[in-house]
Amino acid sequence: MTITGADVLVRCLQDEGIEHIFGYPGGAALHIYDAIYKQDQVKHILVRHEQGATHAADGYARSTGKPGVVLVTSGPGVTNTITGIATAYMDSIPMVVICGQVPSGLIGDDAFQEVDTVGITCPCVKHNFLVKDVNDIASTMKKAFHIAMSGRPGPVVVDVPKDITAEKTDYSYPESVIMRSYQPNTKGNPKQITKGVDLLLSAKRPIIYTGGGVVIGDASEQLRELVGLLNYPSTSTLMGLGAIPASHPDFLGMLGMHGTYESNMAMYECDVMIAIGARFDDRVTGDLEKFSPNTRIVQIDIDPSSIGKNVKVEVPIVGDCSEVLTAMNKELSGRLDEIDRSAINRWWEQVNQWRSLDSLAYNESDEIIKPQFVVQKALELTDGDAYITSDVGQHQMWAAQYYTFEKPRRWINSGGLGTMGFGLPAAMGVQLAHPDETVVCITGDASIIMCIQELSTCLQYGLPIKVLNLNNRYMGMVRQWQEFFYDRRYSHSYMDALPDFVSLAESFGHIGMRVEKPEDVEAALKEAFDMKDRLVFIDVMTDHTENVYPMIAAGKGHNEMVMKPGQGSDQQERELA
Amino acid sequence: MRRIISVLLENEAGALSRVAGLFSARGYNIESLTVAPTDDPSLSRMTIVTSGTDAIIEQITKQLNKLVDVVKLIDLTEGKHIERELMLVKVTASNNEQREEVARLIGIFRGRIIDVTELTYTLEMTGSTSKADAFLDALSQVEIIEVVRSGVSGIGRGKRALKA
Repeated sequence: MTITGADVLVRCLQDEGIEHIFGYPGGAALHIYDAIYKQDQVKHILVRHEQGATHAADGYARSTGKPGVVLVTSGPGVTNTITGIATAYMDSIPMVVICGQVPSGLIGDDAFQEVDTVGITCPCVKHNFLVKDVNDIASTMKKAFHIAMSGRPGPVVVDVPKDITAEKTDYSYPESVIMRSYQPNTKGNPKQITKGVDLLLSAKRPIIYTGGGVVIGDASEQLRELVGLLNYPSTSTLMGLGAIPASHPDFLGMLGMHGTYESNMAMYECDVMIAIGARFDDRVTGDLEKFSPNTRIVQIDIDPSSIGKNVKVEVPIVGDCSEVLTAMNKELSGRLDEIDRSAINRWWEQVNQWRSLDSLAYNESDEIIKPQFVVQKALELTDGDAYITSDVGQHQMWAAQYYTFEKPRRWINSGGLGTMGFGLPAAMGVQLAHPDETVVCITGDASIIMCIQELSTCLQYGLPIKVLNLNNRYMGMVRQWQEFFYDRRYSHSYMDALPDFVSLAESFGHIGMRVEKPEDVEAALKEAFDMKDRLVFIDVMTDHTENVYPMIAAGKGHNEMVMKPGQGSDQQERELA
Repeated sequence: MRRIISVLLENEAGALSRVAGLFSARGYNIESLTVAPTDDPSLSRMTIVTSGTDAIIEQITKQLNKLVDVVKLIDLTEGKHIERELMLVKVTASNNEQREEVARLIGIFRGRIIDVTELTYTLEMTGSTSKADAFLDALSQVEIIEVVRSGVSGIGRGKRALKA
């Protein structure tokens, strides 16, 4: 029996085990929407803007490890997804974006709602396809999911002209896919692994530096084993938080621009570094000229082009983090007596001395609400077990610093692209995937506005997200940079004419709360978290002068951190001297 | 340093623009780029002439390999190789003196005159990029109307081959 191309697309999703897709209909996608209507296995979530669909699919993928799926129409439907696709691309998130296209005969004619989808998405996808024959839909979809999920994951776009979705064909979904041009290496070269182990065991001042690849590659367990075997100081990028439990005694906290003093100092002073699923991003390394001057580096990454891109690596190991770490742990566990424990103990003494500075301490207040305090209260009241999404800016850094993650896939944020507007739609995807879990979107008054329309989607699907708005009436991070580097010329960082977020949330059918005094924070959060079946928007008026500390300014090295005012400035000067 | 990278890629619509896009997006140099199908019509072979430090060339080859359409590639300049480019030059040749000089030069460079009119000669020459450059230098006394260069095609010497 033959079925239409649109039915084929939906059958592919069913056979791929897809439960939710996120989308927005339009002319070129109408046949596909009709096919969606005729079945109920794949649930379609109607967003209010295509950007929201991509972020929701992204949050779904980050929190589950399954691919996120998006369905949009041609033209503006596609261009609205670009930010979300680029966000997923930068953070290596598996996603398949199905785009309606104008009928084949009109392609290139500047038809209504036509854009060159393949061309416009090319720089921000792992791969993309234009389907030209109804008989190719199933094999293309199989390839799309295979490419999105394997190797270094990423978004894949499938562009389907409207006429192709109407034509009929026989359906069968390929069981496997072999592509001569795409065969990612996952295993890791055994000789390189041994070299890596040799170098690790020879270390006197080692550091384990881990990133998002550990989370995406589901290698947390193997990483925990590695840290357990070695007991070396360990740090994580923004993207890797939760892979090692924050409470682990060997964990020094996040590194990089707003990382802890001990993490960055240990990165600077180490003699051996193992980078696992981390790509030496500029927000992590600071000035490359000043980066860890005396270190020898082992790097594990599934993507060869991530190795040696910014920093010279002595032992490159191309492979999947979990497979490589499994092999490495096996070899290490038989050779642990080679570790120079006395040197490591001396190194720990030094690291603990840096730690004692307590670089995340902040000046508490009874008068005004400190944003860090709000995050800490959220942590306490959710037992540290919530899924936290965030937008981008100061609140993102405070969430990363003060919500201490014990598990991977709990911290959902746009690290690479830094996309404001990500948090709320991402939380929708997370909440759909985990209906019984607490999902908190920690956001700010500037970011939340960027995808605020999705409050409407949340109502439609009864998503009980808790939106925690750290409202400082500024684009806080912009303001902070202007304070530090532009002589306090606050050019366009002030959010004049903010809406009344409480009534805004209410008008969308949700519960709005405002908190203005430190003593009210705990009760308000508790009340909000106790409302298990409602979205609650908690507008917390925070200190608008607060800055994120510590900080490595642009062009500075890990040993040149700026600490919070009044904190160990003597110590800082001592360290810098 | 100048490098010649040969790439085998799927002969699919858009494969060329993926490669070109990669070079512009990451700020790599392209001196020339040629592409055409091979004896296997499902595969195209591309020759890219580029330049950069060793680290940049390493990134270029890694990034090219990362493209899903790229099957295989080699850096020809890492071993013995042959490079050729085709150049067509149209010059003014309206009197005997000019005609004799052009004919003499094309003979020295082992090229051919492939079109003749009352006023012009059109010349064909193949060789390495440096030979083509040298030929153009030698033509400096002649009025050049038009130059068309194919860009470099390259192949490894001996048994060294790029096969899928």
